[in-house]
Amino acid sequence: MKAYMSFFRIRFLGGLQYRIAALAGVATQLAWGGLYVLLYKAFYEADASAFPMTFRQVTDYNWLRQAFLTLLFVWMLDRETLESISSGAVAYEVVRPTDLYLMWFTKNVAMRLSRAVLRCVPVLLFAFLLPAPYGLSLPAGIEGFIGFFVTLFLALGNVVAFVMLLYIASFFTMNPTGLRVLMLSLTEFLSGGLIPLPFMPPLLQKILEFSPFGAMMNMPLRAYSGSLSGPALWTGAALQVFWLIVMAGGGRLWMGRALRRLQVQGG
Amino acid sequence: MIELQGITKTFRVARRSGGMKEAVKALFRREYTLVQALKDVSFTIGDGEMVGYIGPNGAGKSSTIKIMSGILTPDSGTCVINGCTPWKDRKRHVKNIGVVFGQRSQLWWDVPVIDSFELLRDIYRVPEGTYKRNCEELCETLELSEILRTPARQLSLGQRMRCEIAASLLHDPEVLFLDEPTIGLDAVSKIAVREFIRRRNREHGTTVILTTHDMQDIEALTERILLIGKGEILLDGSLEALRQRHAKVRKITVEYSSGTFPEAAGITPLEAAPGRASFAVDTDVLSVSQAIAVLTGNAEVTDLSVQGASAEELVVSLYEEFHI
Repeated sequence: MKAYMSFFRIRFLGGLQYRIAALAGVATQLAWGGLYVLLYKAFYEADASAFPMTFRQVTDYNWLRQAFLTLLFVWMLDRETLESISSGAVAYEVVRPTDLYLMWFTKNVAMRLSRAVLRCVPVLLFAFLLPAPYGLSLPAGIEGFIGFFVTLFLALGNVVAFVMLLYIASFFTMNPTGLRVLMLSLTEFLSGGLIPLPFMPPLLQKILEFSPFGAMMNMPLRAYSGSLSGPALWTGAALQVFWLIVMAGGGRLWMGRALRRLQVQGG
Repeated sequence: MIELQGITKTFRVARRSGGMKEAVKALFRREYTLVQALKDVSFTIGDGEMVGYIGPNGAGKSSTIKIMSGILTPDSGTCVINGCTPWKDRKRHVKNIGVVFGQRSQLWWDVPVIDSFELLRDIYRVPEGTYKRNCEELCETLELSEILRTPARQLSLGQRMRCEIAASLLHDPEVLFLDEPTIGLDAVSKIAVREFIRRRNREHGTTVILTTHDMQDIEALTERILLIGKGEILLDGSLEALRQRHAKVRKITVEYSSGTFPEAAGITPLEAAPGRASFAVDTDVLSVSQAIAVLTGNAEVTDLSVQGASAEELVVSLYEEFHI
């Protein structure tokens, strides 16, 4: 356990070094956040009653998504992990008395958290300071507040467990770009990265809410504003736990198989 | 104790000829060839031995090391190292081994070396006392104290390699695998690294298995040599025995102020410069002392040296003998 903790620490501290990247990230996220708010504003002006979420819920969803982007978006891949697979540097990780799956999981969580820490504060501050319907409001009661944090961490677990599957797939495909690009844009849409799941056709929404994609950003971003509350919130959290166990357990087994047929060539 | 028995490993390699047409064809039908990297490799290495594992590029050296360190799974055969099968009891096995791949780095590149060391300490669960002692010893003998606080990405190759070797020894491994540890190092660093490995073997009884293309490494470090070529172990013996067997030729270098050298059977001139000449002497034809007598008979010799074949020449003749 200590090994994973110190590994977490070193990756977390390592990630904090990249201040310029964080600054650029903050600027991008503020711009995107603003654009989204204006876009939805236009729709809601037309007919607010036609939408499944209130405008406030949508703006909350939007700003939290921007603030915690690095935790919740699947496309935040760790280049180092991918490179270690294609370059063969993974050899060094296999000669350690640790579980490679847990090691990479830890590393990815650490990387995402270190980036989030640097980015979320300015974005949240900015969003809180915006005038009423456009900015970030306070959470929907104590349930929304606690629900947000619980489901946020579960969502992070689900996202990383999913990303791990992509890494492991890279063992088999050599050049993982194709699969990656496809999966990344697909998951962004399916997990609610473009539009929140309630905006989707009812059947699709139902399916997605039961799928691992619904266990990602869909949960915390809606819990905060009360778009998801009561039993729906907590069964959703239970589903998150379920998918986390399934994806992490399956990923670990799969990785064991990948390592058995690993080929590290040259030098 | 390391025991390999009938280890075989085959790689599937995609092959195609160059060119657009071939590339398009390969989209639909890939041609693979099976490359047999290791064929029935067997050997035993005792505790505390230092073994040089040599062979030309692509002979299967690295594959063997990777199998012994649990990275690759062989197609068939057994390998038992201190009671563990590397690819089955991976975690238990790797605790007792240290590995240095000269071409890759195990240091985390964006943090100071000391952070990498401390992380390794936690990964291997090295007790604080042992870690302190090892770290001090390693820092002293490899002269690392100056560079410990530098991020690995800013180290020179020699500095980095010294850190890599230290990093692989922090947990007191019983077996150390070195895959080309001196590649790209300057003379001073090479000597420092060799000296250190020798000392480690002497003082800690660490078993060392070393692959290299640098014959001076082999000469300086190992008593036993395993020669591999085309995936097969071709030779297993001491460097000295090999030398006896192969080096029937001695090189005599003479510095002289005046005079000439007569021609004689078994003496072949190699180089001639004013005041200096060297000859190859075939000891089957005449002994070294006879050769010296011939060479010094007619010239005013100021200095003379006799050399056996260098390890480099030895290896070349080995490769020739086995057609690898």
